Amino acid sequence: MEKKSKSFYVLTAFFALFILFLYGPTLTIGILSFQGPGGGLTFPMQGTSLNWFRELFQEQAVGDIWGSFRRSFALGLMVMVTTVVVSVMGGFAFRKRFYGSGILFYLIIASLVIPSILISLGVGLIFNQLGLKIHWATSGFGSQLTWTLPFGLLIMFAVFNRFDKSFEEAARDQGASPWQTVRYVVLPIIAPSLIGVGLFGFTLSYDEFARTLLTAGSYNTLPLEIFGMTTNVTTPVIYALGTLTTLFSLLIIGAFLLTVWVLGKRRARFGSDAGQGV
Amino acid sequence: MLKNRHIQGWLQASPLTLILIGFLILPIITIVVVSFWQATEFSIIPGFSFENYEFLFGSPVTYKVFFATFKYAAITWAMTLAIGFTVAYYLAFHIQNQTTQIALFLLCTIPFWTSNIIRMISWIPFLGRNGIANSMLQSWGITDQPLEWLLYSDFSVILAFVHLYTLFMVVPIFNTMTRIDHSLIEAARDNGASGFQTLTHVILPLTKPGIMIGTIFVLTLVMGDFITVRFMSGSQKANVGRLISNDIALLQYPSAAATAVILLITVLIVIGILLRFVDIRKEL
Repeated sequence: MEKKSKSFYVLTAFFALFILFLYGPTLTIGILSFQGPGGGLTFPMQGTSLNWFRELFQEQAVGDIWGSFRRSFALGLMVMVTTVVVSVMGGFAFRKRFYGSGILFYLIIASLVIPSILISLGVGLIFNQLGLKIHWATSGFGSQLTWTLPFGLLIMFAVFNRFDKSFEEAARDQGASPWQTVRYVVLPIIAPSLIGVGLFGFTLSYDEFARTLLTAGSYNTLPLEIFGMTTNVTTPVIYALGTLTTLFSLLIIGAFLLTVWVLGKRRARFGSDAGQGV
Repeated sequence: MLKNRHIQGWLQASPLTLILIGFLILPIITIVVVSFWQATEFSIIPGFSFENYEFLFGSPVTYKVFFATFKYAAITWAMTLAIGFTVAYYLAFHIQNQTTQIALFLLCTIPFWTSNIIRMISWIPFLGRNGIANSMLQSWGITDQPLEWLLYSDFSVILAFVHLYTLFMVVPIFNTMTRIDHSLIEAARDNGASGFQTLTHVILPLTKPGIMIGTIFVLTLVMGDFITVRFMSGSQKANVGRLISNDIALLQYPSAAATAVILLITVLIVIGILLRFVDIRKEL
């Protein structure tokens, strides 16, 4: 691997094709969303316009898009905060290797591998039988947590498996209380990973479809609204919506990644005072 | 009392446990119970009957649909593994600069955080009758009329699965590959192994846990899917998930529940077999 071999170039080409395969279709609808007013769902472009974006902002002919966006955003934040808090607590719990933690671990894996539609159906049935109204903020919220929490916990396990315990011991030796150790030593060290957990929590919730399908109630979340549109909207307005929500997702991802990067920079600057003593 | 680590552990894990009981265990118990109920056109009737299961196992459609589900899972698995392994191998062993490595890895993972529905919709202008693929094939003279099987077919369903889920192979395989001790590869080379021999005799065996985790993700996602099949096949193909969602749409909850129970058992058997080959807790 010292010199660039032939296989390097072959694999580079393969990787480039893979990236094209990943992003190509999304870029295509990005372009097509600027289709002229007379254009259809495929190429050729009949001129370019902002017509389809304008249509999204007009009083809806196509459903309650902005209402569903607000609900998805609120739900995403709720799921994000809950996922971070519950995953961190769970991560701390699992470090203690408490009795029965093995079973709980397999439950987490089960939550990850169980087909989403079963959660949707089961939660819907429970609410139905108990005479409760399904609502995105109750039944929908809980159903989404069964998908985001396993990711959050797996990240926490990975983090704590690599965590150097001598930091905690040092804090304790200096007289820190258990709470102070967590607050001033452990949490700052794992902070970047918590941002990662938050990213999973928000985006997985924001895009979740199957688990909210039967648990959202009469007010749709955005993915449900978009899916509804696919059956009765045959104009590029759906591409315009797709482009906007993808841009929004990218913005969120960018914000999270930027935060991690800034934290890393600050840590590199302030992290160690080695060699600066007397 | 509070000093006991078992009690402390359970206290800290209590929010997690409560959520999993309320939204994972209870729903599954409910599904199992309801699968023995009966339904009329308007309501579901509590009871205990094997009617739903008898109907399910008595219908040839069931076997066909289960076969289709396994077919989708097997083909998608093979393709995501081949692509995912190659991409992970490239990132882990051919990219030496760590910043580049992280950047390219992120480039592979970003689509995971965007909407699956949008990513499915975005294939339409590509695969449609007058889509990019067809016009390209025609202008190159490969076909003289548009291919009809590009969209709304098994082809488009599997294409979408591969598009959506290859990521779930790349990430765990890359993760195990980066932890391979490079001195092992040097040792293989010093002993005269060719690049290909190093790949098959050293890297591949050491990457097995990552492959297994990726396999678990891909198989469960494909087997439990209903929306990709419905959307990408234009409702012309079926898998078990669609069988369930169709029953739900007809308010036939007991019958949907029975199918769901069989699907769950199938998935759990597959996972059970795979977990014999990998200890997930060790791989994190």
